[in-house]
Amino acid sequence: MVPLSYYLMLSAVMFFLGVLGVMLRRNAIIIFMSLELMFNAANLAFVAFALYYHSLSGQIFVFFVMTVAAAEVAVGLALIVAIFRTKHSINVDQLSSLKG
Amino acid sequence: MSALIFFFTFALIAVGAAVGMLFSRNAIYAALLLIVNFASVAFLYLSLGAPFIALAQVTVYAGAIMVLFLFVIMLLGAERLPPSQELPWQRPLGIVLAFLLLIEAVYGIVFRVNSAATLSLPVVEFATPAEIGSALFSTYLLPFEITSVLLLVAVVGAIVLTRAEGGARRRALVSQITQAVATEVPEHKAETPEEEKELV
Amino acid sequence: MYFNLAPWVIIFPLIGMVVNLLVGKRLGEIGIGAIASLAAGLSFGVAVLLAFSLAAHPEAVTVQVAEWIPIYTPLGNLALSWAVRVDTLSVTMMLVVAGVGTLIHIYAIGYMHQDVRHNGDPGRFRRFFVYMNLFILAMMVLVSADNYLMTFVGWEGVGLCSYLLIGFWFEKGQDGIGNAKAAKKAFIANRVGDFGFLIAMFLIFSAFGSLRFEDIFSRAAQVAQAQPGIILAITLFMLLAVTGKSAQLPLYVWLPDAMAGPTPVSALIHAATMVTAGVYLVARSNALYSLAPVAQNTVAWVGAATALFAATIAVAQYDIKKVLAYSTISQLGFMVAAVGMGAFAAGMFHLVTHAFFKGLLFLSAGSVIQGVEHGEKHTGAAHGSAEASFDPQDMRNMGGLRSRMKVTFWVYLAGALALAGIFPLAGFFSKDEILAEAMQLNQPGVLVFLVLAAFLTAFYMGRQVFMVFFGKARSDPAAHAQENPPLMTLPLVALAVLSVIGGALNLPGVHTLETWLEHTIGGLQPAEFILPLALLALAVALLGIFLAWSLYGRSPLKHGQVDPLSKTLGPVFRGMERKWWVDEFYGKLVIGPYHALAGLLAQPVDQGVIDAAGNGLGTLTQGLSAWLRRVQTGFVRSYALAVLAGGVVILAYIIFR
Repeated sequence: MVPLSYYLMLSAVMFFLGVLGVMLRRNAIIIFMSLELMFNAANLAFVAFALYYHSLSGQIFVFFVMTVAAAEVAVGLALIVAIFRTKHSINVDQLSSLKG
Repeated sequence: MSALIFFFTFALIAVGAAVGMLFSRNAIYAALLLIVNFASVAFLYLSLGAPFIALAQVTVYAGAIMVLFLFVIMLLGAERLPPSQELPWQRPLGIVLAFLLLIEAVYGIVFRVNSAATLSLPVVEFATPAEIGSALFSTYLLPFEITSVLLLVAVVGAIVLTRAEGGARRRALVSQITQAVATEVPEHKAETPEEEKELV
Repeated sequence: MYFNLAPWVIIFPLIGMVVNLLVGKRLGEIGIGAIASLAAGLSFGVAVLLAFSLAAHPEAVTVQVAEWIPIYTPLGNLALSWAVRVDTLSVTMMLVVAGVGTLIHIYAIGYMHQDVRHNGDPGRFRRFFVYMNLFILAMMVLVSADNYLMTFVGWEGVGLCSYLLIGFWFEKGQDGIGNAKAAKKAFIANRVGDFGFLIAMFLIFSAFGSLRFEDIFSRAAQVAQAQPGIILAITLFMLLAVTGKSAQLPLYVWLPDAMAGPTPVSALIHAATMVTAGVYLVARSNALYSLAPVAQNTVAWVGAATALFAATIAVAQYDIKKVLAYSTISQLGFMVAAVGMGAFAAGMFHLVTHAFFKGLLFLSAGSVIQGVEHGEKHTGAAHGSAEASFDPQDMRNMGGLRSRMKVTFWVYLAGALALAGIFPLAGFFSKDEILAEAMQLNQPGVLVFLVLAAFLTAFYMGRQVFMVFFGKARSDPAAHAQENPPLMTLPLVALAVLSVIGGALNLPGVHTLETWLEHTIGGLQPAEFILPLALLALAVALLGIFLAWSLYGRSPLKHGQVDPLSKTLGPVFRGMERKWWVDEFYGKLVIGPYHALAGLLAQPVDQGVIDAAGNGLGTLTQGLSAWLRRVQTGFVRSYALAVLAGGVVILAYIIFR
């Protein structure tokens, strides 16, 4: 059978790729997608541990993460649309007027 | 043995799709690659004895959410961005930090997780939709209800944010919505999350 | 037996105060005055009932009302209750306070009616009676307490009322702050005395482990044997409290300024009742004082010195109320000297009679002042020009009031003669008893001081009467002065009667008051009547009056004429007129350095160190934030980087810890 650590490694690599996406890309939508990737990585770890401990809680938690992610995407994309209307761009580097 | 082959196949697909998403210039491709990643992870969920989560992953993530992404990308027509020269130091620093994070995670997994621990499906039925449902509506009833309110808030927020600037009309609509929310909250509580997500 | 009624001496004034406070606005002046007077009168009625009960059962009774501070620890207890102690001493004080207080309340209805109009704010009528009832309440708490802390509560309460009432017209007076300054002065001078009271109380608690009179007095002898020093310290610190409240040397300076208050206040608080609290305190603590002869001597000498010192100043004052104020200080000196010598009954006797005739004198002086003010209004209206500098209290502006204010004249005469100590008025007996005790207790120095003071007393009272009532009017307002309504004169008559017959309380050979007080104050020796001494005192008083007549009566003062005494005495008179420069001396000695210290603390210390520290912190924060705000670049990616760095650090901590 597959060891637990394999799944955790996969989860870590996916999370790392998500982080890289957030760090390197400037397209707000892609940053958003990288966030989803990180969610996904975390979910994978949750499900793996749920099986390891034979506990349902991990899966339930994934379910809630998905729900919250859905809400977040709805609001986030609405924000992006609203920003695009005023700035005509979704480059996050151009949204820098709010500074100290 | 076959389980290992199954795992590595889908793990490679998932990582490959993620890397592809990371480096694709076109946002549309990125979204499609992400869907591939989600789908392969859904297969892994199946092998981890989580059929409900796997199907929810496909319908909610790969289905609803990613479709929304694609829709927005196409709506805005902002698939490509010109290169920018802001914050030149941020990029290398970000990469270094991200690698540090990966190293830490790998270190933690290698030295803190029992490497002999293997995952095996239990003999009895585990995590059937019925079980998850009963857990959701008994132990996790309160969080479940709260998420329904959260989703409602998200719906209202999305509508308000994306409305065209319209002065009085907009304000009137906002108050209308808040009134509707105030009266409709009890109804929404009873709805299933799936329905709400489709609404989103 | 009516002992259970005892708390009502406090509760009635409280009710009166609360009623006036809440609904006084709708009652009108008569209603307010009636309620306040009724409250004081009912209190007096209760005191009378208590006196009757005590006559049958002279033993002290303590009526427990409520527990106040119950602290019980293994190390020691502090159990204080709000209890009303009914004994002959406290009931005597209650009778004086409530009795004289009631008469003054009634008088004040008429007086304040005019006063609030004269000063242009009729809305303060109610406030005055609320304060007056509050004062009666606090004074009752003071005299009825069964422990020192409760006494202190009353002590502070009357001090507060004194402050509030001196500053009743706080926006009037010299430069518009004169009255406020007078009130402040009274408050601060009293604070010095209260400090002594507090220290004495702490010492008592450390020595006796209790603040209740019964516990302390029953164990006083025992403690005195073990630690003689502590009793001396307690009594001397208590003396400091007495000098503050009873206006003795060196803290008397506040009382003359306290005349800034309305005249009923001067009569009630600054002559009849509050200022005698110090005398009461010494009489109450007689068990402690009789164990500390040094302290007793000190008290006696302070009293005697004050009596003479204040009398000399009173001789050269022109303000009708200032004369009475210094006279009060002087008479308080008599009482303090008496209780200091151990003649507690004589001191209390003089306290009672003094409350009668000094209350009377102040009220009559108020009547005179209002009569002159009335004349001032009359002439001011006739001439059409306001005499802004006219002082209705200056005796040089008076004269010849005998015919214009008949009732006031006669009662004033009664009070003045009683104060001067003319047989058979109240003052004669009480003053003579103090002198007799001084002789009997072998205090020749004190005796000489007191006799001299008695001579000066007769002189300045004669001077005052001749200046105010005899001769011809020295100003237009005085010529048009008018007698006051019966509401004001009737209480005067009542007090005059008391001043005349008050001596009957403790006639030589009968000693009613002495026997009465003996139930509370142990070891009293009835003063024998010494005929030669009495004759000497009478002769001295008559001589004083004769001298006053020869200087002021035979050829009355003309308008603008200098005081004839100033020619005779020269610089001495100037010293007396300027109050021996005590205020200036205190200003140089205490207030100047204190201001300098305060200035030092305010400018270099407060602004230079404390404020600078505060401002420095502010500047530092400002500079720091000006530098830190650059972190807020506005670029989301830099924020994300910061979040990632934080995540890396936290994960590192979790893994490698």
